[in-house]
Amino acid sequence: MAEQERVLDVDNVRVTFDTPDGEVRAVRGVSMHVNPGESVAVVGESGSGKSQVMMAAMGLLASNGRVEGSVRYRGQELVGLPLKALNDIRGVKVTMIFQEPMTSLDPLFTIEDQLSEPLRVHGGLSKREASARVLELLELVQIPNAKARMSAYPHELSGGQRQRVMIAMALANDPDLLIADEPTTALDVTIQAEILQLLADLQARLGMSILFITHDLGIVEAFADRVYVMNKGLVEEEGPTERVFHAPQTEYTRMLLAAEPEGHKAPVGPDAPVLLRGENVQVTFGRPKGFLRPDTQLHAVRGINLTLRKGQTIGVVGESGSGKSTLGRALLQMLPSTGRVVYLDNDIEGLDRAAMRPYRKGLQMVFQDPYGSLSPRLTTGEIIAEGLQVHEPGLSRKERQRRVAEAMSDVGLDPSMRNRFPHEFSGGQRQRVAIARAVILRPQVIVLDEPTSALDRSVQKQVIELLRRLQVEHELSYVFISHDLAVVRALSDYLMVMKNGEVVEEGPVDAVFDHPTTDYTRTLMRAAFDLTSLLRPAARTGT
Amino acid sequence: MTDLATNTPEVAAGSRSLWAVAMIRMRRNRAAMASLVILIVLALAGIFGPMLAPHSYAEVYPEFVKVDPSLEPYPQEAQIIPSAETALRRARVDIESIEVGGGEVVIGLSSSREIDPRITRYVDRSDVFSNAEITEIAEDGLSATMVADVQQLYFLMGTDANGRDLFSRILISLRISLMIGALATGVALLIGVLYGATAGFVGGRVDNVMMRIVDILYSLPFVFFVILLVVFFGRNLVLMFIAVGAVEWLDMARIVRGQTLSLRRREFVQAAETLGVSGWDILRRHIIPNTLGTVIIYMTLLIPKVILLESFLSFLGLGVQEPLTSLGVLIAEGAKNMRNAPFMLFYPAATMTILLFALNFLGDGLRDALDPKDR
Repeated sequence: MAEQERVLDVDNVRVTFDTPDGEVRAVRGVSMHVNPGESVAVVGESGSGKSQVMMAAMGLLASNGRVEGSVRYRGQELVGLPLKALNDIRGVKVTMIFQEPMTSLDPLFTIEDQLSEPLRVHGGLSKREASARVLELLELVQIPNAKARMSAYPHELSGGQRQRVMIAMALANDPDLLIADEPTTALDVTIQAEILQLLADLQARLGMSILFITHDLGIVEAFADRVYVMNKGLVEEEGPTERVFHAPQTEYTRMLLAAEPEGHKAPVGPDAPVLLRGENVQVTFGRPKGFLRPDTQLHAVRGINLTLRKGQTIGVVGESGSGKSTLGRALLQMLPSTGRVVYLDNDIEGLDRAAMRPYRKGLQMVFQDPYGSLSPRLTTGEIIAEGLQVHEPGLSRKERQRRVAEAMSDVGLDPSMRNRFPHEFSGGQRQRVAIARAVILRPQVIVLDEPTSALDRSVQKQVIELLRRLQVEHELSYVFISHDLAVVRALSDYLMVMKNGEVVEEGPVDAVFDHPTTDYTRTLMRAAFDLTSLLRPAARTGT
Repeated sequence: MTDLATNTPEVAAGSRSLWAVAMIRMRRNRAAMASLVILIVLALAGIFGPMLAPHSYAEVYPEFVKVDPSLEPYPQEAQIIPSAETALRRARVDIESIEVGGGEVVIGLSSSREIDPRITRYVDRSDVFSNAEITEIAEDGLSATMVADVQQLYFLMGTDANGRDLFSRILISLRISLMIGALATGVALLIGVLYGATAGFVGGRVDNVMMRIVDILYSLPFVFFVILLVVFFGRNLVLMFIAVGAVEWLDMARIVRGQTLSLRRREFVQAAETLGVSGWDILRRHIIPNTLGTVIIYMTLLIPKVILLESFLSFLGLGVQEPLTSLGVLIAEGAKNMRNAPFMLFYPAATMTILLFALNFLGDGLRDALDPKDR
């Protein structure tokens, strides 16, 4: 295709940020282009600069960022263009959708207000015309009952619906190019599949180009015609998706492709001792209907039975809101719950903080967010040693230091880093610190609440290996809570699928994965493992 | 551990706490750094100034009431010569020449009769001169040179209505105002942080009760409260701290409670709970240190507020007692004498303005430096 026909042409772009620590070169000379009607994916791990390239192209860099090089939209230079001229292109012909559908909509305006304002201001439509166009757009993005939804406020919509509204907004002025920056990362797998399907469908109908920024190779494979692999601010590899996936040419791409979690865990024998047993566990938030008070009750977990044996890993999967994290916290008595929880023949249900303390040593938890679960004002050494101070207060300082060093090397961290603060570590390292904090107490049960979902695939793989090794070395039992079916499959031997606070299906991992018995589980599996078959027919109708 | 090797280089060479990072950001903010320097200078002036100043803040010079600020020493030449003339007229000698300088006055005398050396007494009797003596006397006794010490006093910023040096009084008022600012803020900080963190962390009914108490205290009129205290216990500096601190901790408690509520939901607090850390230790190790950024910022904004409050109370006559003074008292006095001695208002007001500016700029700078969102 001739050069002037390219929708977007990025030529040797460099992005530099001035920080107190000196210059950070986020993008170091990147060239890419998008042809009309093409879907292009930019893939890379966090910090690879994949988002910053497009932010720079759209003039959306943070105030301390500088851009050099050239970005052309249909031959017109965008870098250095005055704001007014730039606004005629961005938001009209080149539009963006972002990761967070929760925060991209103004909570004070109805969907119709938000969508019709740009139409009336930029498109010069009358109120009635704009209203008709909004309805058309909402139907285009397949929002159910679109007419009624027009007067809804953002908080009345689900995450997936909000992302659809964002897409409708981006489509309002018939763009040539839609830049989607991780648009489905915050969504559940089934919703993700629906949104991707919608995008593919819209592209086929409207003939626009889509540039997809993501870290998820599954999406890339299912969605993109061409792919750019970025690493450390440079394009490592580019080419047609199929070629890159089947014959990767660089070491980095091979590493990314190989980072799918793998492995398998053998089930424990039926005679393994039971460590933790939950019977009819229920968690209810809010209060029942009372005098002059409406019923605010929300049944997050409704009567779940669970038996964890020594050395076993129970995977708990489900979409957001299914109650899986709440279940994990209820088992550790961090939330008021009813039912019965038995740990090593002791009934620990409803014990208060002080009464729970002796059992805490054996029941540990690792949290999802490696950035939020470490106190920012303490050093790593202090964080890891905290549990020892509670449970083994008699230890001498030296002995404690030794145990910390031991735990750190156990999780693959250099003990000399114990005086550093959490913000100096990468995400994967922080998760290692969080795991070290749990294993230093030599617990028997660890509840892992989405420990890998905030991490890049390659780091995720390392953490999975680590968890697997620790399980063998310390004879640990895990309750592994995750929405990521691939990770759960690699790590657990028993699976519970949760929906609306109830277990809809459970059994040995292989049995559930190979022969799911409920529709819900089947939908989950298909959305997680078989995106291509969901998307390709829709995307390829024209060809 | 193959991944150990790949992970280690990501970490920066030196270890830097969040405070160290904040310090670096702070250094790049010129206005805030200048404010910090000004504050340090003002604080040193308040602490050591009164010890080093030539006049005591309480010393009264009845002959120099409301004199204008001047770089020249008092009494000025224009006043010395007339007093010398008056004194020597009584001694019936004529003045040939007068030179003032270096703390003494040299007077050339002549007379139609022989000069009696005892005429120095006439000069000594004047307030202005001391240790007068005849240093030279002509052989015929008809002319002589007399030297007398002149007490020369510098009043750089003039004197007040009672003849006290305004500069010394501004120095002592700085000390008092900064002390009230720091101590009352300290009281507010201590009570507010502990109260707010406890309420926020314990939550539930305890939180409800504790915050309702705060609401009730809020609704008490502050001036009324202070007048009551003054009536019961008399005017007392310590009382001022308690009164101001006791009112200002309310804001602090609310701010810290809000922070605590959001921190309590953070995963590191939950992590500490799963470790079995006791409530007090969670508060001490995890919650309070993480509220400190906000608290410090609020503190730098609270100090000027307290200083202004104290000024307001002193203006009403409820504050510090004479001869001690504070910036508020000085400004109040200056306002009374605005017409005939404007400098009495100008210098204390300028000092106060500089102080408040510096504190506010420092607060702004700290807020920017400690703001975690910007990192």
